[in-house]
Amino acid sequence: MESSKLKREKDSQISDELNELRMESSELKKARDSPISDESYRRSSFPDEVLERVISLLNSHRDRSSVSLVCKDWYNMERWSRTHVFIGNCYSVSPEIVAQRFPKIRSVTLKGKPRFSDFNLVPQNWGADVHAWLVVFAAKYPFLEELRLKRMTISDASLEFLASSFPNFKALSLLSCDGFSTNGLAAIATHCKNLTELDIHENDIDDKGGGWLSCFPESFTSLEVLNFANVTSDINFDALERLTGRCKSMRVLKVNRSISLEQLQRLLANAPHLTELGTGSFSQELTPHQYEDLESVFNNCKNIHTLSGLWEVKGLYLPALYPVSTHLTFLNLSYAVLQSDELAKLLVHCPQLRRLWVLDTVDDKGLEAVGSNCPLLEELRVFPADPFDEEIVHGVTEAGFVAVSYGCPRLHYVLYFCRQMTNAAVTTVVQNCPNFTHFRLCIMTPGQPDYLTNEPMDEAFGAVVKTCRKLRRLSVSGYLTDLTFEHIGRYAKNLETLSVAFAGSSDWGMQCVLAGCPKLRKLEIRDCPFGNAALLSGLEKYESMRSLWMSACNVTMNGCRLLAREMPRLNVEVMKEEGSDDDGRADKVYVYRSIAGRRRDAPSSVLTL
Amino acid sequence: MSPPLLGVEEEGGQSNVTLLGSSGSGSTMESVCQNSAELKERNYMGLSDCSSVDSSVASPLPEGKKASLNLKATELRLGLPGSRSPERNPELCLLSSQLDEKPLFPLHPSSDGHCSASQKTVVSGNKRGFSDAMDGFSEGKFLSNSKVDVLLSPRPSANLGLKPGSVLENLGTQPTKAKEITNQKAVQDRPLAANETRPNPNASANNNNGAPATKAQVVGWPPIRSFRKNSLATTSKNTDEVDGKAGPGALFVKVSMDGAPYLRKVDLKNYSKYQELSSALEKMFSCFTIGQYGSHGTGRELLSESKLKDLLHGSEYVLTYEDKDGDWMLVGDVPWE
Repeated sequence: MESSKLKREKDSQISDELNELRMESSELKKARDSPISDESYRRSSFPDEVLERVISLLNSHRDRSSVSLVCKDWYNMERWSRTHVFIGNCYSVSPEIVAQRFPKIRSVTLKGKPRFSDFNLVPQNWGADVHAWLVVFAAKYPFLEELRLKRMTISDASLEFLASSFPNFKALSLLSCDGFSTNGLAAIATHCKNLTELDIHENDIDDKGGGWLSCFPESFTSLEVLNFANVTSDINFDALERLTGRCKSMRVLKVNRSISLEQLQRLLANAPHLTELGTGSFSQELTPHQYEDLESVFNNCKNIHTLSGLWEVKGLYLPALYPVSTHLTFLNLSYAVLQSDELAKLLVHCPQLRRLWVLDTVDDKGLEAVGSNCPLLEELRVFPADPFDEEIVHGVTEAGFVAVSYGCPRLHYVLYFCRQMTNAAVTTVVQNCPNFTHFRLCIMTPGQPDYLTNEPMDEAFGAVVKTCRKLRRLSVSGYLTDLTFEHIGRYAKNLETLSVAFAGSSDWGMQCVLAGCPKLRKLEIRDCPFGNAALLSGLEKYESMRSLWMSACNVTMNGCRLLAREMPRLNVEVMKEEGSDDDGRADKVYVYRSIAGRRRDAPSSVLTL
Repeated sequence: MSPPLLGVEEEGGQSNVTLLGSSGSGSTMESVCQNSAELKERNYMGLSDCSSVDSSVASPLPEGKKASLNLKATELRLGLPGSRSPERNPELCLLSSQLDEKPLFPLHPSSDGHCSASQKTVVSGNKRGFSDAMDGFSEGKFLSNSKVDVLLSPRPSANLGLKPGSVLENLGTQPTKAKEITNQKAVQDRPLAANETRPNPNASANNNNGAPATKAQVVGWPPIRSFRKNSLATTSKNTDEVDGKAGPGALFVKVSMDGAPYLRKVDLKNYSKYQELSSALEKMFSCFTIGQYGSHGTGRELLSESKLKDLLHGSEYVLTYEDKDGDWMLVGDVPWE
């Protein structure tokens, strides 16, 4: 996380310089093209080699996009120097087009399904299968090194194909993907001789056992990043111990919950240079001697700045972490059921914390401790331990949110699941923390008003968008009228991603957003009373956006057809429910811009209009 | 709750009734109702007479149906309130309120007769007792158009103690496949799925997978990824508080070995299957065994697991426990969860 922040700063420096260059170059071009021969255009032209060098230092794909739009020379220089391509929607472009434009790619990031597929709103066989991409890559990018997939489907056969097609393959990251089993992981382990990174995170894996880990050959020593927390079955511990022992450059190790404390201690004894650690189960019954061993091994791990795991944590053993907690910047306790006092005791030792993820079992009291102990906190995520239980009143409330905001003025990212909230509290929070870039508030009962005043939560989100000028991502919840969306459209000038559920009163709300937010890229809406008028009010807007999702709204098939007809460069997909009539409601609509035309792999339940 | 007492002693014959004492606050080991003359059933589903089932409680559910099973009552149906047609609906439906719902805890020596093997698995999959709030649940409205998803999306399979191939596991992880799955006619699946839908307002700690009694659950809401949902559910199970005997995250039970001078305590939460528990117990009691049989070498290392297994799992020693009713039960019958 740190390095990407540094990268961003560096990128923005470079992009500033680039802007200057760009202006100079376009002036130069204008001067050259101007019929008037004048002294003014005999300025020194910028040598191409220097320009190429500067462009090649660019990492941000957005900067590179900007660069490529300046002129043809710049476009070509950019495309030949690009080594990493980011494709936010795998259907917006085809692999052939990518390969043709960028001949020297060594790293690919691909995202597939709409985000709501994480919550089971997208049919299982919807698409986003990576195989077609892999086939093209094998032909055009034989030296591909990195592949990062998010919400894609990848089969075991594809993983095997990947493992055998790219001899230089180094890094595989799968986040929220599906379609594969541990057999595919075994193929990767067996064949990728140069693998440095295997990051398996929050996927839907068909777990057939832990034998895959034993497939790393004894001669294999290059692994630097290993995250298999997602693959829950038991692995062969000896194999893991040997693997970590011989991979001397390992810096990130996140094990699954089958690894006990005693085993963890043995792993750490061999890997004192780790910077990120995900523990296994933290609850074995330890003898005092074993506990001491654990403490001392943590004492030796001076470089750990990120800690996660802590499944089934025993509060009693948390003190073993104190040697490490002093330099922690990211603590992920979102799988650790902790009470408020346990968290408080631990946080006293975590003054450097920048990012904290917790479960709401810590209650408001735990969050007060966050506010008191972590003044540098920038990101807070509070997950519900019992999201579906409405009978028991527990979890965090508005009080905890406010407490954190008082103690952590640098907070800019929040994800907060709660069962009650008030307008006043949110207003206070954003007054204390005006720098929010990501504000995701989830009041878990749909359509719930301010629980004290019984009013809509419009005022809360109005305060958010008015106060937080840098806001890029917003998720709203609670009982909201169109007023919220008027506010958003009017004030959220930097908003890029908006998630709406069970909110709004009429088409007007959505129209405000579409008319107002100039930087909007992703809009996802569910269960709102927005209909065709709203949908069609954004005709031109959608081409400047990555995608639009609307489900369980009032949009009809005819409205969608009209949209598709008017905007041929958009793909308008409707997911049909079985037995639904063709001219009625369009229950799930997914609209995205594409230069690849309509996709050919849509299942029968998905209709492209 | 009085923890089950694990006594290692001579097996006292086959027992058909497998009951783990647990009170209303629930525990990781679920009470299971098996038929027997001494009716200790937990009539979770309120099923009427179930036929007697064989003593291998842990065996997979029979595919065939017992004549006396009230299948209609176990039928899982998903539908709008009021759509409780008695005939089996090809669609997956929510359990109708036809079911004579009864609380699982406290124990009712009810007149309802025996429970079937299928019910056993159902019950064992359940983590907590259910209260009469279940009655309200069947009236729940479902907002989602994607019917099958409503009940199934948050359901983790791990909690239900199902065998890996079970439908429910599929349902837990891939709810949208449920439509295909429902066409399979597996007896165990429907009551199991129905099981999932039950809320437990009485759970003292985090609930696992019950839908709210009064509100319908909405698909994909709150927006949490499946992996997290499944992990949380399993995690919350492990931190259940049991009266008196456990702090958060521990479930200690006394273990005594015949002839040993003192007893031990084990934290059941540390284990996820019976093998683990028995090997841990083996290790714990090995010192006594060495004494008895003479040393076969220096130190414990030479007393290999297999030897110990023979000693402990041979005819001499078996793991049994005393359930809530004071009956000695053979360990291993009930699925671990």
